[in-house]
Amino acid sequence: MDLRRDVFQAIADPTRRAIITLVALQAMTPSAIAENFNSSRQTISKHIQILTECELLEQEQNGREIYYHFNPKKMKEIADFIEPFRNMWDDRFNKLEAIMKKYKSR
Amino acid sequence: MERKTKISAEEGKQDLLITREFELPVNLLFKAHVDADILEQWMSHEYGTAKVLKLESRKHGGWEYQTTDAQGNVVFSANGVFHEYVPNRKITRTFEMQNSPFDVQLEFLEFEHLTDDTSRLTMHTIYRTQELRDQMLKLPFEYGINMAHNRLQDVVSKLSNITYHDKAK
Repeated sequence: MDLRRDVFQAIADPTRRAIITLVALQAMTPSAIAENFNSSRQTISKHIQILTECELLEQEQNGREIYYHFNPKKMKEIADFIEPFRNMWDDRFNKLEAIMKKYKSR
Repeated sequence: MERKTKISAEEGKQDLLITREFELPVNLLFKAHVDADILEQWMSHEYGTAKVLKLESRKHGGWEYQTTDAQGNVVFSANGVFHEYVPNRKITRTFEMQNSPFDVQLEFLEFEHLTDDTSRLTMHTIYRTQELRDQMLKLPFEYGINMAHNRLQDVVSKLSNITYHDKAK
């Protein structure tokens, strides 16, 4: 079975969505992120790890500290994923409409 | 071009709402869903020809159709049963994709009269789980990626053939 991290699985969790919202405003260290939550640092760092694995967050070393950045490109990918499904139905329905317009005028 | 079809898929839910307004009277919109010849026309596309094998347009009637590619291979087949059948108003049916890991889904199609020349279709689909719904939503997305990938492979393999022939000369 494929156990690769899935972005959709990543954003399904409310804590992870809260982390994304925080980091989208400014790059943050793991401890600064953890301060915003009641969960243990370990739990938060696990969430950060998942978000990083699926490229929603990116790491940057700054001196001794690691900062996490938000990756808007990946987020756009998620927003767009439903488009092919919508286009498939839209194409079908356009065809239906064209066929029935001809049918009507017959 | 503006897309007229709207998709609503709330996060964490296992259903899906597709809505679309048509420049057609409601009876013609309905007919397009229950007339085998017409259904075959609009369900066919450049990659496959749709064929209706069974369409018993009535309560407790069954339906079955398939899509074949240019070589005649069956690439998609689906079937189900009508649970409600109210002409020009409503169809409730089950939908099952054959030879697929997906469970049966339940579909409510509502046909609404807007004006004498316009109508609205609302398709409410319920999946067994939220995961299943999300997988279904992603199918055309993944299919698109695969198609692009195959096309790329075609181009690359042609390029490498040319290189090979050039070398052979």
